[in-house]
Amino acid sequence: MVLESLWTVKEFFVYPNEYIYWAIQIVMYPFMTGLVAGAFVLSSLYHLFGIKPLKEIARFALVFSFALLMVAPLPLLLHLAQPQRSLYVGLTPHFTSAIAAFGVVLFVYGSVVAAELWFLFRKHLVEVSIELKSKTNKSLAEKIKYMVHTILTLGAMDVSDASLKLDAKAIKVLAGVGVPIACFLHGYAGFIFGSVKANALWMTPLMPVIFIMSAIVSGVALCMLIYIIIMGMKKFIVSRKNDSAALSTLKEINSEEISTVQTSVKYLIFFMIFSISLELLDLVFRGYTAVKSWDILRNVIYGTDFINIFLLQYLMGNLVPFILLLLPGLKIRRLIPALLLVLFGVFMMRWNVVIGGQSFSLTFSGYMDYQLPIIPHGLETFKEGLGGALLIAVLPFILFWILNKIFPVLQTKGPD
Amino acid sequence: MNRRDFIKLTIKGTAAVMLVNGLDIIFQPPDVHARTSPRRFVFLVDIYKCIGCGFCVKACKLENEIPFDAGVSRTWVERYVVNGEGEVFADTPKEARYGFTTGRIDLGRGKFKDIPQEKTKKAFFVPKLCNQCEKPSCVQVCPVGATYQNADGVVLIDRKWCIGCGYCIMACPYGMRFFHPVHRVADKCNFCYHRINQGLRPACVQACPTGARLIGNIKDPGDPVEKIIRTQQVAVHKPEYGTNPQVYYVGLGEEVR
Ligand code: SF4
Ligand code: SF4
Repeated sequence: MVLESLWTVKEFFVYPNEYIYWAIQIVMYPFMTGLVAGAFVLSSLYHLFGIKPLKEIARFALVFSFALLMVAPLPLLLHLAQPQRSLYVGLTPHFTSAIAAFGVVLFVYGSVVAAELWFLFRKHLVEVSIELKSKTNKSLAEKIKYMVHTILTLGAMDVSDASLKLDAKAIKVLAGVGVPIACFLHGYAGFIFGSVKANALWMTPLMPVIFIMSAIVSGVALCMLIYIIIMGMKKFIVSRKNDSAALSTLKEINSEEISTVQTSVKYLIFFMIFSISLELLDLVFRGYTAVKSWDILRNVIYGTDFINIFLLQYLMGNLVPFILLLLPGLKIRRLIPALLLVLFGVFMMRWNVVIGGQSFSLTFSGYMDYQLPIIPHGLETFKEGLGGALLIAVLPFILFWILNKIFPVLQTKGPD
Repeated sequence: MNRRDFIKLTIKGTAAVMLVNGLDIIFQPPDVHARTSPRRFVFLVDIYKCIGCGFCVKACKLENEIPFDAGVSRTWVERYVVNGEGEVFADTPKEARYGFTTGRIDLGRGKFKDIPQEKTKKAFFVPKLCNQCEKPSCVQVCPVGATYQNADGVVLIDRKWCIGCGYCIMACPYGMRFFHPVHRVADKCNFCYHRINQGLRPACVQACPTGARLIGNIKDPGDPVEKIIRTQQVAVHKPEYGTNPQVYYVGLGEEVR
């Protein structure tokens, strides 16, 4: 039997060759690029518009966006039946295809983020490099650190006020240029689905916009979540010191955290409203116009996928966190489950688009059920199963940890 | 010309060439690249003649080396049964490679439906194969150009170049495409191009005992298939997708999916 039959169950009249060909990795793909775009937009809110309370979270979000970005192409690679040929897309790009330009878009966006990171951390890089240079008898780790930092300065060692001002200007420009590119990167993922005319659920010009809005929601939520965890760790370290100085730092951290979080929540709610409105508009429009495909779509949306769409996505992923965020007297303790639910909601939205779009047949009179492979029987079922998805989900955190060694956002307070 | 000017000119020139080429690739409709071949292969299926024996499916699997039990096929036969209430039931058990051995409709998940003979108002078989569309959406979406339309109008797949993204499978409104279970690249019917190119008939056409399947060249005025398409009531599947399919059917009813 074909591989896809391992996770596809057919019912009623389905063409023989129809299976769920785009499985969990294609769910992960827009989810990850969404986080990339969302994290970048959050960081730009500070760098571009100078929204002060977002300063700390912005620096962090930028580094995290870069870590996510490096993972973003991986789900596609794991999905390909012939991954060793992936570079052919660069050799013979066929530009009528929406996928053909993915590499170009990703590369452009990556360059913008990398450049912005460099300007943001140039002073730090130079400082470390100078400090280590003067040090005699360096250990091996220090030697490597010195080398990496010196290379990364790219020889631009001037940290006078005038040149730092120029850096700040460059950051602003890059943050400005980056926002449309980030939105494009993700709107583009939406276009890949929205332009498939054979798929009645996917085909809508709203798809890119819906994707962008939910992307920002997920990116902001993830960055906030990690920010809260980091602050919690900082507080834990400080509180162990147990003296009066520690007490005042603790207070400082607390007040800073609250003001950052409150501002971010405002933006989160704003984007959530936007994204839900668009999704509901799409649903209402389909129901109202009720073209030929609506019969089967209605059965999928209100029938076979009811739990996934209404309970898991709209109720658990949108309504519950929405209420948690809006209740007066915002508490960090309440915020954590709310943010987790928001992330879950966006993931379910991706799931319902990708898997939901394939859960009905082209005959409009049959269904396909997706059963995620949990225990892998080989490489293929690992890649296209729970293991592969978890791998993709964990990788950005590992990369972030490594990046943090060069662009420290966790420990110290950095430049403006 | 100094060095600076030279570099500037080079950059400008390259940009101009890239722009023109890029626009050409994106916006040039395929029919502007007029095909000069004297052949345009088309297919004709006569639904009245099909008896649902499934010989065509079997022949295709053998000819094109599609593993017999893989659950995918380049061609298949569908059965439609309409009862007194106008309800339509359809199935294609095992792509109909063994024909239709039972009167019960296969509903999937191990369930079957009996429609008593006296309740059956209408029943017929519909063979399906790739439409070799004039405006194939599968070709449009292939990111590497591994799927392409050749001069004779047949849509082919380069097995050595397909990266296995599956975009074409998603884009075909007819569900024709699948991943080859052995080669793990996109696969579909190509009218047996290796045969028709040498003047032979496709394997399914040769295997069909009733002549329900015919291949022809619509650019040849003397061709019998061309004559039927030009002079009789024929129809194609799902014209609303704008793919301009080139498999024509005699007796195609509105029940057919
Ligand atoms: S029927 Fe499908 S696979 Fe065949 S040419 Fe048309 S779009 Fe492509
Ligand atoms: S699966 Fe192969 S033929 Fe189909 S779109 Fe992808 S690369 Fe092209």
